[in-house]
Amino acid sequence: MKADVGPPLAPTAAKLSLRAAWRPNIGGTAEYVVIPALAIVVSLALFGIFVALFGKNPLDLYYYMYLGAFGTWFSWQNTLTRAAPLILTALCTALPAQLGMVIIGGEGALLMGALTATSLALVMPAAPPLVVQIGMACAGMIGGGLWIMLAGALRQYRGVNETISSLLLVYIALAILNFLVEGPMRDPTSLNKPSTRSIGAANMIGNIPGTEVHWGLVFGLIAAVLSYILIYHTVFGFAARVAGGNIRAAKVVGLSVGKLVLITCFLAGAAAGLAGMMEVAAVQGAANANLAAGYGFTGILVAFLARQNPLAVIPVAVLLGGIGASDGLLQRRLDMPDASVLVLQGVIFLIVLASDSLYGRFSIFKRKTS
Amino acid sequence: MKFGNISRRRLLQGTAALASGASLPLKSAFAATTTVGFIYVGSRDDYGYNQAHAQGAAALKKMPGIKVVEEEKVPETEAVEKTMESMINLDGATLLFPTSFGYFSPHVLKMAVKYPKIRFEHCGGLWTPKDPTNVGSYFGYIDEAVHISGIVAGHQTKSGKLGFVAAKPIPQVLRNVNAFMLGAKLANPKATLQVIFTGDWSMPVKEAEATNSLVDQGADVITCHVDGPKTVVENAARRGAMVCGYHVNQAVLAPKAYLTGAEWNWEVLYPRFVNMFTSGQTIPNFYRGGLKEELVKVSPYGPMVGDAARKQADDIKAQLTAGTYVIFKGPIADNKGNTVIAAGVSQGQKDPELEKMNYLVNGVIGATS
Repeated sequence: MKADVGPPLAPTAAKLSLRAAWRPNIGGTAEYVVIPALAIVVSLALFGIFVALFGKNPLDLYYYMYLGAFGTWFSWQNTLTRAAPLILTALCTALPAQLGMVIIGGEGALLMGALTATSLALVMPAAPPLVVQIGMACAGMIGGGLWIMLAGALRQYRGVNETISSLLLVYIALAILNFLVEGPMRDPTSLNKPSTRSIGAANMIGNIPGTEVHWGLVFGLIAAVLSYILIYHTVFGFAARVAGGNIRAAKVVGLSVGKLVLITCFLAGAAAGLAGMMEVAAVQGAANANLAAGYGFTGILVAFLARQNPLAVIPVAVLLGGIGASDGLLQRRLDMPDASVLVLQGVIFLIVLASDSLYGRFSIFKRKTS
Repeated sequence: MKFGNISRRRLLQGTAALASGASLPLKSAFAATTTVGFIYVGSRDDYGYNQAHAQGAAALKKMPGIKVVEEEKVPETEAVEKTMESMINLDGATLLFPTSFGYFSPHVLKMAVKYPKIRFEHCGGLWTPKDPTNVGSYFGYIDEAVHISGIVAGHQTKSGKLGFVAAKPIPQVLRNVNAFMLGAKLANPKATLQVIFTGDWSMPVKEAEATNSLVDQGADVITCHVDGPKTVVENAARRGAMVCGYHVNQAVLAPKAYLTGAEWNWEVLYPRFVNMFTSGQTIPNFYRGGLKEELVKVSPYGPMVGDAARKQADDIKAQLTAGTYVIFKGPIADNKGNTVIAAGVSQGQKDPELEKMNYLVNGVIGATS
């Protein structure tokens, strides 16, 4: 996951023309791979020094991180399981970012999605499982989508800063969840752990065959690819990026910015809402306070590390999933506290943001116009 | 293969394994020792719930032939399933203590079905006969120790006003609040107890606000039922109030204000379980107890605790230890005037009615919803 992601690019002239047709600036793409990869290597080196200061061997550290995250089939599944919700919640930040909006309320959309999906499953106990599952997915996406669309509408029509409003909506969503789970929707038998009634074992979405990773990963991959196509290969995406680049220019050329904002925010919230639905349908089986596990907030980190590119969200989510998966082994083998992994995440975040200033500075990435 | 000595070569081998897509052989020679895994939902030095379990784990580390692996801050999601599997697959753990209440369903149950040869011991008392038999559930009747705290608090209060910072109005918490109030009333029949619910298990800011507000209203002894009582204890002491602790002994945080406290006694229970496990006996699937069974204990009294308080508290403690004393003994009325336990009815520690508690007894100021 470290240095091996930066392939040296030495295309032949024939390939060059082919690629030139596909994308005019392959060197620029390489830059977007090599610089973040180097940033992660530098972060790991710094973290190694930090760990060495506490008297642990950095080589042990790297070995256990690798072992815990990618060293075995079990570790890979552990990593991918953790990555699955992060891909979806990262899209909640990455999509509105195309419009220049900073949405950090994915956690709220996740909770609302989980809540609407659970409610739907509970009101149709007799329906066939497939119908319930599809219904839950739709309900989750609508619930989460409307939640972030609210933040988008507040910004568009009332000038409320979307970063603040989306964050505050997280706490409102959490309060609604707690109220419903501890009040009207509470399963009376859940005495000391307030919870809704179970959606029923038959309605649970299982794992991808042959693995122990639930279907949320596949949904995440599909959503990321669709988002990428939407942003970079459709008129809608082009319009969104124009509006994100210069909103006045977008208005001058007649783009309906309000519609763009609302639709994009809806799609963003729908992604996080789907993550919430998966947490209920594949993991918890009911809605309760366990759902607020912070996936929405880690998703922000993923989106920023991926530079808001929906495709780049996938490897970054896997990387952070891997860091999460290796956390346990670091605690158990090296006797390091849980917070040490947060230090690593913080270092990576800072170095990647700082490396932003390096783009365009290396002549090696500059391609002569052919 | 030992994981203790990692050489550069080992690291390179590992990297080569990644490149070739092969997986490392991970089952290693753990046969000589029993590996016990502990999983905590918070940090293990929280002066609270998690530290109490970590103290129990520390007691196991002193036993020969026992290896303890620990992981903290594991959320109640799939992450805890992966942690359990990782301990089983990578560390060779055969006995697991996933200590948080919320780990049980569905996570522990799911893993227990998948790994029928591994023993899971869950804290919370949730096991029922329809659950897998390789799962055990244990819990302590800590309301007995809280009751003793209440007696001491009732003697020491000057204003007659006590304060309780509580997480959620669920049966376990309400039982502690009520046991505290009933204890205080033994010492001071006019005492009142103001309770504030923060809404969640770990809300340091709200806990500090609640403590301040209780002290502002005149409460001079504060206690709590939250995951980490550190905030409450330190704030109350800073404001000049006395405190009764919870989960573990917090006297070091407030030596001049700490009266006593209700503590878990996992450092006695866990070696007991591990001895049963290694000697081939079956650990009971459902294991509960109070002061008598040494699952809970009372913190040593602080120097400011007077003789009258010590005498009455020790007296009731002796009766509870002997099993001759009942805390919830009718007639008991709730704080709305309804009779909740009729005259002549005694609800002993194991009475299932107490597991459904949904009221606050007379003298408590506050509401359950």
